This record gives sequence, C-alpha cells and structure tokens, in this order.
Amino acid sequence: MIPLTHYLLLSAVLLTIGLAGIMTRRNVLMILLCIELMFNAANLAFVAYARAWGDVSGQVAVVFIITVAAAEVTVGLAIAILLARQLRTLNADEVSLLKW
Amino acid sequence: MLEAVCFYAFAALMLIAALSVILNRQPIYSVLSLLVVMFCLAALFIMLGAYFVAALQVLLYAGAVLVLFLFVVMLLNLERETLARMRVFTLRGVGTAAAMCLLILLWKMLASPQAAARFTDAATARGHGSIEAVGRALFTTYLVPFELTSFLILAAIIGAVTLGKFHE
Repeated sequence: MIPLTHYLLLSAVLLTIGLAGIMTRRNVLMILLCIELMFNAANLAFVAYARAWGDVSGQVAVVFIITVAAAEVTVGLAIAILLARQLRTLNADEVSLLKW
Repeated sequence: MLEAVCFYAFAALMLIAALSVILNRQPIYSVLSLLVVMFCLAALFIMLGAYFVAALQVLLYAGAVLVLFLFVVMLLNLERETLARMRVFTLRGVGTAAAMCLLILLWKMLASPQAAARFTDAATARGHGSIEAVGRALFTTYLVPFELTSFLILAAIIGAVTLGKFHE
C-alpha cells in the first residue's frame, strides 16, 4: 500500500515544476500550459485526500477544478490569439500595456 | 507490490514528462508532453479508486483542453521562443530559486507526521469513486456550486466569442 505522503509529495513536486515553468518561460502559451500543470498537481492532492478520508467531496472539488480550468483556458487562448493578431508577439515581457 | 511498481513507474514518467513540458523550446512538444502527464495522472486516479475523475481527466483535459492548445499552437505557427536578452539569467535564477523554496516548504509540511494519514480500505469497498457516488454528492450537497459553474462556462463562452470577433 502506497502511503498518502507519497501522493502528496508527488503533487508538491508537480506544483513546483509548474511554478518553475511559469517563472522561467516567457511565452504566453507556455505560461498557460504551466498553469494547467499546477491545476493538475492540486487535483492529485484532492483525490489523494478524498481516498485517505473516504470522503467523496475531494473528487467533487476536482470536477469543479476541471470545469474552471476549461473556462480559464478558453478565455486565455482567445487572449493569446488576440495578442498574436494585434501586437504580433506572444512574449509576456513585451505586452506591457497595463503597466503604469 | 504490483501497486508500488505501478505507482513509481507512473510517477517517474509523469515527472519526466512535466520537466519536458517546461524545458522544451518548441511549444508543440510541450503540449504533447502535457498529454503524457494527463494520462499518467489518470492512471494514478484509477489507482486511488477515483474512476469517474480519471475518465473526466482523459475526456476533458486530454480530449478538449489540450486539443484546444494544439489548435492554437498550430494556428499561430510559433517560431522558437525568444527570451529577453538582459533578463535571461535573473529569470532563470529567481524562477528556479523560488520553485525550490516552495518545494522545500511543501516537503516539510507534507512529510510531517500529522499529514501522514493512512488509507482506509473501507472507502473503496463502498464504491467511493464510482459515478453514482460522485453524482449523488454533486446533485445534493454541491448542487448550488454545480449550477453556478454553468454561469461560469456561459461567461467563458461569451468572453471567448467577444475576444475572437474583436477587430481593431
């Protein structure tokens, strides 16, 4: 039997990889991909705890997270297409229109 | 024994694929690596007895979200990513350092004895991850949040369509 701690540490490593990706990559699409990676790390922790406590609520939370992630990706990719079309760049450093 | 072998094999494959997501220069390879991560996660969900969530993971993440990513990557015809020259070193250094700090913090928290709950076999015996169990919770206890997600999806659809039609 695999202890719960192993699943949680795996989830922590996955979250860390996602964070490292967000902070080191500059492409908007890559940042969105790394956010997906972090969502999945959270999902793994939720499901592991749901199993450990014998409570189905953790799995319901994962259903909601997947829905929210799908909505987020839809709008995020629409913005990425708009950036590529209007500013001709996908580099997050060059998109500083909102910077004061 | 078999469970341990499966867990470590899928965990190792998942971490390698996740590293490949953030280290690849070509976005299309990153998207395909993320697909491998999703399938490994679905396998881990099945090992945890969450069959419905595993199916959702494959159908929604691998089937819908990543296909959307693939469409956009191919539509935009991306060239290799260019990094801002001045900031490459600081970005890499600070990014990796912050990630390492988070990892150490989480490791300390999660490896502590309080967090180490034991899995109970009674949970799986009650059909804990089946569609029926998840659906029952979703339509009774969590009915209001479930209905609210429909507003969220509607907002996302309207946002995407409005952004897509935006010209000058």
